[in-house]
Amino acid sequence: MGGGSARSRGEHVTGSWSARLHVVTGKGGTGKTSVAAALALALARGGNRTLLVEVEGRQGIAQLFGLDPLPYEERRIATVPGGGEVRALAVDAEAALLEYLDMFYKLGAAGRALRKVGAIDFATTIAPGLRDVLLTGKAKEATTRSVNGRRAYHAVVLDAPPTGRIGRFLNVTAETARLAKMGPIKTQSDGVAALLRSPMTAVHVVTLLEEMPVQETLDAIVELDQLGIPVGKVIVNNARPPLLADGKPTQAELRRGLAAAGLPADRATVAGLHAEAKAYLARRELEDSLRAELAELDRPAIELPQLPGGVTREGLDVLADTLLR
Amino acid sequence: MSADLDVDAILADPDSRIIVCCGAGGVGKTTTAAAVALRAAERHGRRTVVLTIDPAKRLAQSLGLSELDNTPRQVKGIDTEATGGELHAMMLDMKRTFDDVVLAHTDPQRAQEIFANPFYAAMSSTFSGTQEYMAMEKLGQLRARDEWDLIVVDTPPSRSALDFLDAPARLARFLDGKMLRLLLAPAKTGGKSVFSLVTASFGIFSRVVQKVIGTQLLSELSGFVAALDSMFGGFRQRAEQTYRILQAKETSFLLVAAPEPDAIREAAYFAQRLRDDRMPLAGLVLNRMHSPVAAGLSAADSRAAAEALDASGESPIAADALRIHAALTEQSAREQRVAARFTDSFPTVPTVAVMAQPADVHDVDGLRSIGEALA
Repeated sequence: MGGGSARSRGEHVTGSWSARLHVVTGKGGTGKTSVAAALALALARGGNRTLLVEVEGRQGIAQLFGLDPLPYEERRIATVPGGGEVRALAVDAEAALLEYLDMFYKLGAAGRALRKVGAIDFATTIAPGLRDVLLTGKAKEATTRSVNGRRAYHAVVLDAPPTGRIGRFLNVTAETARLAKMGPIKTQSDGVAALLRSPMTAVHVVTLLEEMPVQETLDAIVELDQLGIPVGKVIVNNARPPLLADGKPTQAELRRGLAAAGLPADRATVAGLHAEAKAYLARRELEDSLRAELAELDRPAIELPQLPGGVTREGLDVLADTLLR
Repeated sequence: MSADLDVDAILADPDSRIIVCCGAGGVGKTTTAAAVALRAAERHGRRTVVLTIDPAKRLAQSLGLSELDNTPRQVKGIDTEATGGELHAMMLDMKRTFDDVVLAHTDPQRAQEIFANPFYAAMSSTFSGTQEYMAMEKLGQLRARDEWDLIVVDTPPSRSALDFLDAPARLARFLDGKMLRLLLAPAKTGGKSVFSLVTASFGIFSRVVQKVIGTQLLSELSGFVAALDSMFGGFRQRAEQTYRILQAKETSFLLVAAPEPDAIREAAYFAQRLRDDRMPLAGLVLNRMHSPVAAGLSAADSRAAAEALDASGESPIAADALRIHAALTEQSAREQRVAARFTDSFPTVPTVAVMAQPADVHDVDGLRSIGEALA
């Protein structure tokens, strides 16, 4: 699929986000899709065009932006002040295979008949790794595509499978080495593998300050390192501002404070606030130790604030601001 | 608001034999399954087995599953003296389970041929439906042995919760479908049948496949299909059998969700699907809910008071405590709103809320307190 344009390399890059293909992974439930969307919005600022890609058929992007399910087509989903825009693409492995076959073998109607017998379904699910080759191949094609000698996209952000599957998903050469030793699939996967192991790619891992996501983050980074795939940033999502830095409140102090602020200082309220503060401190202690574990990785890290209003477009813009800071 | 979910009633009912915990990834299915199984053994004296999929390391250790194990092992150090229950735990090893299915249905020489085939290696470990199929297969095996009072199943962390119901049928369809037969012997199906368009395009497909991935792969695939031929029919039949068990009265589905939009949306899809498929949904477990203790104080009043204290410089600690309370109250309200998206659509589905724990659960004590919260 399309070749890269050497001329486009000199284009403006945004701060520390110098890669062109940003792969966003993380344990399920950490907010990968929101972070990927915020990054696409951030990188579109200053009049750029970015592409946000999803590959798992979840239609997470459409839900996030309140749109109808996305077709297999690059479609504008957001504009950014300054003339930038985000396009989105929901890659479907079957459609990608048909597109691929059509491009190389002019399969047309026969391809659709194949779908009826389940041949396409078969090829994209049973053939080892073929599905992932097709999905990552599409991301590569968009990343390196040029139109009139210019890059089609300033950056491509891939909302990737979760940490548990990310190594297998990105390790396309190993998968296809088992499948095909020569031929177009081999060439294709070699091309994808080269891009994924180059500085043009960065894999960002999203986590929460909770035990399982942090553990999976550590495991995924070891795995990606071993595969030679460049790890970008560790992104802590939903971080809360630190409170009670000066220590534990006593009930007496809470009572004084409530009274000073003109609020009822009855026993139940005071005891309730006290219990909440204690639970908060216990939670923060755990969060701090998890934060320390992440710091030992010695990787660039970003903390994204918890969004009080939930993940709205305004909320995504707040995350985008933080990502660029 | 929906009725309360009575997990104890399910656990105590001797006619209840299978509990399936399902829901989106990362919502606490594995922990819920383990907690339910522990309670069934400790409180209700049932001989219970829990089938988990990849538990957190320390949870696995607390269940005595420190190494991958495809056969049930008794969990020691639990309190069943009064009730006489037992808890056994096992972790699904999908490749081993697949190997066992092959061994059980073909002669040893054929089995070795199948194991040596690279296609089998790929399919038994990476095919997206294999884990779901094998979880169902394992459930079918456990049920057939009739050794347990209660089987609790955790479901695989699928892309979508529905994969758990769909993947086994899909895999079975591949394994005994028309597609593989065509691939195995395109010549046999000839050009005369009603499938002429299909077979004609299949010829093209074969040629394309040959061109794209090479004859080496095709011959391996043919070998694989030929070796599996003796097992055709079995896969689908078994998937259908397990499917029927899931529809039976002895089964209860526990839908697990966290109060987040994605998880709630998945839960709603799944509830609808269970209804359509006439599968018995016992209720929804709303995990990781938050609730303020100082219930009488509104978020707005707390924030205003915190700001007043900031301005006067009095008691910064109380100001912080009020901010903590405000955030907790707002979070709780947000969670209630998100959860209501499910309960409004499924008002008859009983629900139970489990409060967020300060730390992840990774020992028997932690599981016990989740069990308390569920009951």
